[in-house]
Amino acid sequence: MTALDTAATPVEARRAPVYADDVIRAFMIATVFWGIVAFAAGVYIALQLAFPALNLGLEWTTFGRLRPVHTSAAIFAFGGNALLGTSFHVVQRTCRARLWGGDAFAWFVFWGYQAFIVLAASGYVLGITQSKEYAEPEWYVDLWLTIVWVAYLAIFLGTLLKREEPHIYVANWFYLAFILTIAVLHIGNNIAVPVSWFGTKSYGAASGVQDAMIQWWYGHNAVGFFLTAGFLGMMYYFIPKAAERPVYSYRLSIIHFWALIFLYIWAGPHHLHYTALPDWAQTLGMTFSIMLWMPSWGGMINGLMTLSGAWDKLRTNPGLRFSVTAVGFYGMSTFEGPVMSIKAVNSLSHYTDWTIGHVHSGALGWVAFIVFGALYYLVPFLWKKQDVWSPRLASWHFWISTMGIVLYITSMWVSGIMQGLMWRAYDELGFLQYSFVESVAAMHPFYVIRALGGLLFLSGALLMAYNFWRTIRGEEPARLAYAATPAE
Amino acid sequence: MDLIEFYPLLKSLWVVWFFLVFTGIVAWALWPSRRRRLEEHATIPLRDTETR
Repeated sequence: MTALDTAATPVEARRAPVYADDVIRAFMIATVFWGIVAFAAGVYIALQLAFPALNLGLEWTTFGRLRPVHTSAAIFAFGGNALLGTSFHVVQRTCRARLWGGDAFAWFVFWGYQAFIVLAASGYVLGITQSKEYAEPEWYVDLWLTIVWVAYLAIFLGTLLKREEPHIYVANWFYLAFILTIAVLHIGNNIAVPVSWFGTKSYGAASGVQDAMIQWWYGHNAVGFFLTAGFLGMMYYFIPKAAERPVYSYRLSIIHFWALIFLYIWAGPHHLHYTALPDWAQTLGMTFSIMLWMPSWGGMINGLMTLSGAWDKLRTNPGLRFSVTAVGFYGMSTFEGPVMSIKAVNSLSHYTDWTIGHVHSGALGWVAFIVFGALYYLVPFLWKKQDVWSPRLASWHFWISTMGIVLYITSMWVSGIMQGLMWRAYDELGFLQYSFVESVAAMHPFYVIRALGGLLFLSGALLMAYNFWRTIRGEEPARLAYAATPAE
Repeated sequence: MDLIEFYPLLKSLWVVWFFLVFTGIVAWALWPSRRRRLEEHATIPLRDTETR
């Protein structure tokens, strides 16, 4: 039923526990499924921006309703299932303890989380939304997620408490910070009063600039703790595993963790530059954003240096190539982010496509790539295969998606900076030089390029899904691509 | 002077307190005598005897 029927020669006298792996397999399948949904939705709404007729004239398929379907599917469905699944894998292996609470409890978290996704997405399409970015689900979905999330926290904490390994490995710190902070953020940002017991509409408790600040305290820390801390936990386990080397510096990982925890929570106000938010709060947000360079680059160095002496593995292991490229993108987008939080830069970049490009260099380059790396390690591992069905196909996936990201972020840089410059251009009489619609027309070619990049990224993910399908069905590896050619 | 009057002042120095705690963590982590023990933790994921 679960792992370890084939225990190898025991290195340690301690009896290895039997881990709960069935639920992790389910999470991995859900990750791939929702990933494809998210990427497909992204490609579709990217095409809508280039060719508005694709709105189809139906309320359910307008950009405004499908956009949260895309973002939630990418962040919460694809990223969330990857985080929940890998955290269950990592916490069991590094604690050498089976999941606390029994299999049924873990399955409740799995199905409960899928129900949350379906409830949220169906609401968006029908026009049920709180209109808070990344927190669109209405009160009934929020309550359900709270229940599921507390169950998840209980399983994770319970497993930590019954561990056999005396020390809690650093990956678990990042996962725990992610689980705890998301719980606090989710509840804090969703305090609302429903209009009626059987209606979907609610009103938030806060209003005005307080509401905006709470929203971006939530929003930025969803980036910081959902899209960063959780995936850093993934980095600290799967890169050492794939490279068969301990992390470069464990002491640096401790400092990395605490620096991230101390700094991230204050960075939210940079989403509200030049608004009604008091200036001091804006400057505070900007300052903490810039300080975030330190933990970000510390973490990137720690991830990359883990490869020292094992760089040749990148040639033979497409999964590790994904993970390492992800860390590179992490370094790049966490360099770009603080730059964009500087008020002078933000006055150019805010409300433009530059922000969209930045988000996607993080979401595609960092989040999705670190997930792909973990998946290429975990799918053969959990289904007890030597390797994926075709490492060569995995390699194609890598290059196709990398090309997709490059097209995506470069087109958005050009489009975004162009927009920003067009909006602020004055003529000699002090009138705005361009009307808004002129800037929209100028963006069209870049929107087409962006959609093409997204299409490449989606195609790569489809190759991955096919590869996993063949792997799970139990076919032997198609060929040992790049078999042992010594690096001279 | 009442002790309670210091409370707002001490509260407003939160960034100082956080900085001191963080400095303490950094010093603890980098203390030379702890080096070997902390770096050993890095091998926890690799000590798994599980095979596929």
